[in-house]
Amino acid sequence: MPKIMRCAFGCGLLVTAIVLLTACGSKKEAGADTATKPEDKVLFVYNWSDYIGETTIADFEARTGIKVTYDVFDSNEVLETKLLAGNTGYDIVVPSSTFLQRQIQAGVFRKLDKPKLPHLANMNLEIMKLVAEQDPGNEHSIIYMWGTTGIGYNRELVKKALGTDTIDGWEAVFDPAIAQKLAQCGISMLDSATDVVESALIYLGRDPNSEDRADLAAAEELLTKVRPYVRYFHSSQYINDLATGEICVSLGWSGDIIQARDRAAEAKALLDIAYAIPKQGAMLWFDMMAIPADAPNPDHAHAFLNFLMEPEVIAGVSNYVAFANANAAALQFVDDEVKNDPSIYPTSEVMKNLHPDIVESQEFSRDLNRAWTRIRTGQ
Amino acid sequence: MAILGFLESGGGHAVSRNAREVGDSSPFVLTGLMAWIKALGPYRWASNRLRDRGMSGRTAVISVPYLWLLLFFLVPFLIVLKISFSDIRLGMPPYEPFVTWASAHVMDLKFNFGNYAFLWEDALYRNAYANSIMTAGFSTILCLLIGYPMAYGIARSKPSWRNLLLLLVMLPFWTSFLLRVYAWIGILKNNGLINNLLMSMGVIDEPIVMLQTNFAVYLGIVYSYLPFMVLPLYTAIEKLDLTLLEAAADLGCRPTKAFFKITIPLTKGGIVAGSMLVFIPAVGEFVIPALLGGPGSLMIGRVLWEEFFNNRSWPIASAVAIAMLILLVFPIWILQRVQGREMGAHR
Repeated sequence: MPKIMRCAFGCGLLVTAIVLLTACGSKKEAGADTATKPEDKVLFVYNWSDYIGETTIADFEARTGIKVTYDVFDSNEVLETKLLAGNTGYDIVVPSSTFLQRQIQAGVFRKLDKPKLPHLANMNLEIMKLVAEQDPGNEHSIIYMWGTTGIGYNRELVKKALGTDTIDGWEAVFDPAIAQKLAQCGISMLDSATDVVESALIYLGRDPNSEDRADLAAAEELLTKVRPYVRYFHSSQYINDLATGEICVSLGWSGDIIQARDRAAEAKALLDIAYAIPKQGAMLWFDMMAIPADAPNPDHAHAFLNFLMEPEVIAGVSNYVAFANANAAALQFVDDEVKNDPSIYPTSEVMKNLHPDIVESQEFSRDLNRAWTRIRTGQ
Repeated sequence: MAILGFLESGGGHAVSRNAREVGDSSPFVLTGLMAWIKALGPYRWASNRLRDRGMSGRTAVISVPYLWLLLFFLVPFLIVLKISFSDIRLGMPPYEPFVTWASAHVMDLKFNFGNYAFLWEDALYRNAYANSIMTAGFSTILCLLIGYPMAYGIARSKPSWRNLLLLLVMLPFWTSFLLRVYAWIGILKNNGLINNLLMSMGVIDEPIVMLQTNFAVYLGIVYSYLPFMVLPLYTAIEKLDLTLLEAAADLGCRPTKAFFKITIPLTKGGIVAGSMLVFIPAVGEFVIPALLGGPGSLMIGRVLWEEFFNNRSWPIASAVAIAMLILLVFPIWILQRVQGREMGAHR
């Protein structure tokens, strides 16, 4: 017995020692890997999925000799949690403007070194001004892409349900009588309290950025009425489901719905997907590129931002992902089918009806999310 | 720790047999290695020091899993507990520090019990806990009803078949859990496998909506956790002494009665172990309801996600997690105490 025990003890010690040794060893290796000496030309980018041109990264690497590690995420919340925890190791991140505003207040980002960004002159100042409330003086970020929150739909299925193949207003999803007819072929909404509640407030003719609890209550009442006709609330599932005809109407982001349209066309599914900016108005969103305060390679990050503000480069991205950029000089390089599509580049008349989203206070945010849970689950 | 105990009682048989086999096949290597280790100065030094303090080799071996639990369970638990007493703020990290220094020698500890009070005030959290426990409980019963005959069948099959059948039970683990749940979307959706098949056969005209329903959630949980039920049941049933059933039959007991009087009580250990292995992860399940469930399926994993990501309230999210742990650990702890006492009484 004691002999066996001593044997086991010895083995245990040995195993522990080996584990500790290998752990230390690998730690050292990992440290050497991520520690960035000045001669290491690397850059860590964290962007949304499916959100860059086919050759953008390769072109940047060829031009500068900087090796890019490109990772993707699919939710602002996940990005925000990583940023607030700190030490993400990323040099470039792409939050939406409202999230960016809160993150700036939390001290997440470093100020841009503007002399290193000569191509800033190419940006469309009108659009940059729209985000100046979130990022005062545009000191921390540049607009990467922007778009609207509207309605995507399948013309054929909608025609079967409603008798018309055009949707042009919020009533399609917010009027219980119409939503009821569309319920059979499937309605989806973003699982995002801000986007859906603000859109409902626009439909009700109220200020979408209001923090008045009475406005919130009115939106909740409206959404509770249409809730039985909504198949699900999800922020990415609907891209596929619209493209395959699984659902027929989505309250979603312009770029995603246009992506669904292109996917349906690629699959030759003969599904005619359309995107509408509702006539009552819609929310604008901006995806912003910024540099975390603890970014390991800020110089390379600036080089990357400057590269992306070159007209041909950003036009290449827009042509590939079918999102609007905010680069005035790039417009001439954007394909006609993208540039002249009013669902991607809205006309100046429609632009007047679009509202930038403003960050809500922590207290209102909690009430909003609580209301959202009640709407979604009935509790 | 409770799980470790159950595993030990359920799977002890198989493990000890394997250990013996290994020991038999390579005794020379092991003894050689042992002699080498024992000759090492550090080994002798360490074992002498430990013996001086009244620690035998046995204590040292047992301390390894305890060290593991300390490092990967207790320390993270304490960190979460600390955050749960904190308050939200705008910054990095997004909660107030627990310890502040009022002056060089005065340390202020701030306990904010408001987060727990908040959980109690809003019925949302209670409902989510109740709903999670109900969903997990119902799934566990389904797993047991499906898993028991499966395990029984495997244990009573020809020995040459058993390993193959067990392998088939474990085979799904070779594919990522997330992918397997995702695959169910393709099977259940409106123009998915089942609906297309039924419609092409003319059984139904309109697709049956199965995805985004509670049915899909139960299906996903039962499918994903069934192996955790089957494996401990198998080890328990395999150990069962068949002569007891023969004796019962000889004494005129019908097979059904013998099953409930003999087989079930003797495999209780496996039933409890399997149920715990299914129930505990199912309570906190997030992926399955998120992918397969409808908007109405409110489970605690989702509430936790929302607190953490949407409300950015790490303190309340931590309080939700701690409350869930307390809710789960105490019943299991009591159950284990009762079981331990019963086992003691038998001896």
